[in-house]
Amino acid sequence: MDSNEAEGEETEKKSESGPCFPPTFSVSEIKNKQRRHSMFLKLKEEKRKQKLELKKKKKKERKALGDKAPPKEVPKTIENQRIYDETTVNPEDEEVAFDEGTDEFSAYFNRLTNPKVLITTSDRPRGRTVRFCEQLATVIPHAHVYYRRGLALKRVIPQCVSRGFTYLMVINEDRKVPNGLVLCHLPDGPTAHFKVSNVRLRKEMKRRGKDPTEHVPEVILNNFTTRLGHSIGRMFAALFPHDPQFVGRQVATFHNQRDFIFFRFHRYIFKNEKKVGIQELGPRFTLKLRSLQKGTFDSKFGEYEWVHKRHEMDSSRRKFHL
Amino acid sequence: MQHDDVIWDLIGNKSFCSYKVKTKTQQFCRNEYNITGLCNRSSCPLANSQYATVREEKGLCYLYMKVIERAAFPARMWEKVKLDRNYAKALEQIDENLIYWPRFIRHKCKQRLTKITQYLIRIRKLTLKRQRKLVPLSRKVERREKRREEKALIAAQLENAIEKELLDRLKQGTYGDIYNFPIHAFDKAMEKQEEETESEEEEEEDEEESGTREFVAEEEFEESDLSDFEDMNNLKGSSDEEEDAEEQSSEEEETEEELEEEKTKAKSKGKTPLKGPVRKKRAYVEIEYEQETEPAQKSKAT
Repeated sequence: MDSNEAEGEETEKKSESGPCFPPTFSVSEIKNKQRRHSMFLKLKEEKRKQKLELKKKKKKERKALGDKAPPKEVPKTIENQRIYDETTVNPEDEEVAFDEGTDEFSAYFNRLTNPKVLITTSDRPRGRTVRFCEQLATVIPHAHVYYRRGLALKRVIPQCVSRGFTYLMVINEDRKVPNGLVLCHLPDGPTAHFKVSNVRLRKEMKRRGKDPTEHVPEVILNNFTTRLGHSIGRMFAALFPHDPQFVGRQVATFHNQRDFIFFRFHRYIFKNEKKVGIQELGPRFTLKLRSLQKGTFDSKFGEYEWVHKRHEMDSSRRKFHL
Repeated sequence: MQHDDVIWDLIGNKSFCSYKVKTKTQQFCRNEYNITGLCNRSSCPLANSQYATVREEKGLCYLYMKVIERAAFPARMWEKVKLDRNYAKALEQIDENLIYWPRFIRHKCKQRLTKITQYLIRIRKLTLKRQRKLVPLSRKVERREKRREEKALIAAQLENAIEKELLDRLKQGTYGDIYNFPIHAFDKAMEKQEEETESEEEEEEDEEESGTREFVAEEEFEESDLSDFEDMNNLKGSSDEEEDAEEQSSEEEETEEELEEEKTKAKSKGKTPLKGPVRKKRAYVEIEYEQETEPAQKSKAT
């Protein structure tokens, strides 16, 4: 395409003056860097001029037509151009509904169990991680923080199960900053491993409100469209107790955008039925799913449902998995 | 001929030796057969024709000995004896092999053996514990992910999305009757009903017109004109509807709860009280005032 346009340009220039170039010619073939650079700049200018002309023409046409003008084209965004994923869940899909009725979270969604979360860290956590854990514990009701003391997770898990915990959350730390999260649903549920980034503690938030109260927050899960996204969404939903206390007016949001899950914690107030004001309390962080394992945490013999493989999955900019 | 003193003069104190490492306060010897690691007259393997060391290979300790008789045969100079794995037996073996040797060398060999066994035990203990696995990060990938995250954050427009979701939930009625203003929904439903069943309503109103009073809002009145929702309590029409809804909903709470348990949505975590029966009863107005709005009503009436 470049060569064609160069050709077109060259033929235009021929009529004015200047050298004649052979038909199949591209700017990249000029060996001299300066001349190549100047030819490239000229090429870009030409393109830009053409684009501007086109735009002007369209605008004129639009004005001339007035009401009868064709509707404005929708600009292409990454979300528009997303490659369709076959595993996207259709809301009425029976198979999905059946699966969800019988998977590991069915106990929670049938209101048989109440969530109880154990939050811990990797060995020897530093200040930031410790504070992050504490803040998480205030955000998630029925959450307890325990110091790790160098225990092996495989030994921790049966103890947690015996004490009635439903979730184990391990925050991994690197260079004094939390960078990973292992979320393990306890009675042999799936284990998800996330990469954590952009952690902002309460102190660092601008215009934040007071500390969150003990009320059970509501949960918002946005954009979890595929099967994988669905199961992750359910995982997050099962962290919180069923009945939110609307009196508290707190909401925890997990918003998925392009495979990044943004967590926010807000307090809302309805000013009237068309406007709502939200104020951010609580920590914020982003998660990116790295792997989903079927059983509880077992790095050696675990059965992985989904693993992020960089070379396969990151090759296209329009393909997302959650 | 082996003249240890001459050799020491040549390489030792303040002379050059390729194994010597000098620091501010000390001199170390990098020779692999050195027993203490320091550069001393008694520790130098080159300047002592009778010398012994303990060295460790793949978890096993060996005793190396050098005697003056083999000084001419460098290939066979060091005699290697495998020591027992048992620490006590190994000590005895050292004693037995170095039986008539100078005290210094015997003592230092045993010390070295002790140190080696200690660190071997430590290695074995550590391998049983959890090993920290280091995963290498690719700088390019990290930079790419960071940029994509920023773009995703901009594209997400979180505040708008959250506000939209909350307003949707309010419209759907997941908050029940906590908030006093979902009046537009009621108005819309009312309009629909009026369009559908006008005649029925007229009949019902004719029946009950005698005696019953109804306070309604102006026709062009809009809720959005009010900014403060405390003022909502002053509205007669709206408060009537709300009170009716409240009265009726309190009566029907039990039935509502049962119905809610039947339908539980996975994603929306609020209740969905039935609006059907409430709407149907809208046409018939039974006015029961709650305490708080009574004075306001009276003032407006006059």
